[in-house]
Amino acid sequence: MRNSRWLAVLSPVGFLLIWELASRSGVLDPRFFPPPSVILQTLAAMTRSGELPYHVVVSGRRIVLGFLLGAVPAVAVGLAMGLSRPVRSLLMPLVSAIYPIPKIAIYPLIIFYLGLGEASKVSIVALSIFFLVLLNTMAGVIGLERAYFNIARAYGARPLGIFTTIAFPGALPAIFTGLKLGMGFALIVIVGAELLGSDAGIGFLIWRSYQIFAVDAMFAGLLVTAVLGWLATAGLDWLEHRALPWRP
Amino acid sequence: MTLSPTLPQVQTRITVTGLTKVYPQPRAPLTALRDVTFAVREGEFCALIGPSGCGKTTLLHILAGLTTSTSGTVTLPERRPGQLPTAVVFQGISTLPWFTVQQNVEYGLRLMSVPRRARRERALQHIRQVGLLPFADAYPHQLSEGMRQRVSIARALATDPDILLMDEPFANLDEQNRLLLQDELLRIWQEHRKTVLFVTHSLDEAIRLADRVLVMSASPGHIKTEVVVPFDRPRDYRAIRQDPRYGTMSAYLWDVLREEVLRGRQV
Ligand SMILES: Nc1ncnc2c1ncn2[C@@H]1O[C@H](COP(=O)(O)OP(=O)(O)OP(=O)(O)O)[C@@H](O)[C@H]1O
Ligand SMILES: [Mg+2]
Repeated sequence: MRNSRWLAVLSPVGFLLIWELASRSGVLDPRFFPPPSVILQTLAAMTRSGELPYHVVVSGRRIVLGFLLGAVPAVAVGLAMGLSRPVRSLLMPLVSAIYPIPKIAIYPLIIFYLGLGEASKVSIVALSIFFLVLLNTMAGVIGLERAYFNIARAYGARPLGIFTTIAFPGALPAIFTGLKLGMGFALIVIVGAELLGSDAGIGFLIWRSYQIFAVDAMFAGLLVTAVLGWLATAGLDWLEHRALPWRP
Repeated sequence: MTLSPTLPQVQTRITVTGLTKVYPQPRAPLTALRDVTFAVREGEFCALIGPSGCGKTTLLHILAGLTTSTSGTVTLPERRPGQLPTAVVFQGISTLPWFTVQQNVEYGLRLMSVPRRARRERALQHIRQVGLLPFADAYPHQLSEGMRQRVSIARALATDPDILLMDEPFANLDEQNRLLLQDELLRIWQEHRKTVLFVTHSLDEAIRLADRVLVMSASPGHIKTEVVVPFDRPRDYRAIRQDPRYGTMSAYLWDVLREEVLRGRQV
């Protein structure tokens, strides 16, 4: 147990160490692969100047807003599709057709409709998680035991009651699975969108650093993206744990 | 068999007449119940036994309003405010895993829009009655199967129903737990005197609990015969088991049932 935990630290630390040495000794060209220590210094400087926090906040805001905009209707529609066979028959073909399209491919179209402002960024995040959350929610409802619905109906639950006391709480584990998968996609898509057309955000930061050949800043941007992804996942894990105390 | 000592003016609570249920299946329609007719009196504890697949659950679901019948009539008491006409204790899964014991017991009351305070009190009272007060805030997965069935019974009783419908509530329990829960159910029933329709596979359980045992035929089910249980209440299980009438009843019921089980298998 102790040994395996040590091993888990060994690979990233070893990797960074080798990188540092290789870069400093000139085995790797430091212009292309600046040593980790330099990247960290750049990161610290960019944080002090307020530049980095600004871009992180911009991207973070887009993700959070897009998440809400995408997840809330996705859960509602997913529950309805899970509960009602006619609704499912009606909407499933459309969902199956749009779901596999890489959402970033729709981005130019979204810009065309909504312009380059915040609306297009928030929309692309919402769109990229919508179908994932929807499909997971629906599967969650369909997978629920008939017995739960019988209990509800036997005690006189009407459709709204079944929605709120059976379908939603019952599908919540599946909804969280959808949200967590969606979080990964949201990050990919927002950074991608900011690379393509934006004047702020982490993607923009990476793109601009490329244009001015600031390789250390590019790495700093990547590092921040990774940390952001990790934080978001940890946050969702925490929320899931809080929201599902009933799971064994 | 002896007649039950019930008074003639006692009202009937459940009246089922000529009930037939056909499941419209894609290949061939399946007749689950055929011309089922019986009545259960107010305050009577009635057991229903029959071979597996004969339509016991279907019948209970029709009474609970979960399934529609194909023909025939069911007469139940009128719905009164703050009360349910029927409450069900289900076979197998009977609690909602995302609710605590308290929330599970409150569930029926919540759907009846009983105010929060009142439903809390009523729920706690019934949780105490089934001995689960220390587990009021536990989730079903933290309980044993027997405790979960007690939650389910408490939820049913909390809605103060006219009729309690129980579908093999103790089927998944081990022998000892089953005996204990039967005792508990009898004790609680002794207080409320609800009208009960209790589905079971167990002849012993039927004789031990019920005033009257209805025996169903193999599928498509109808009421084949009924037997009145002569033992006084409150009942002492050991005394019942030693009573020669227990053996006679048990043998008679098994004769009828055995024939049906074998007939059901041939199909
Ligand atoms: N929803 C349904 N659709 C089609 N057929 C059904 C349905 N529910 C039950 N049946 C059929 O109706 C018959 C009676 O089933 P039911 O569950 O009522 O039997 P049961 O007496 O409760 O059996 P058990 O003692 O095993 O619980 C069975 O043949 C079953 O296959
Ligand atoms: Mg059954």
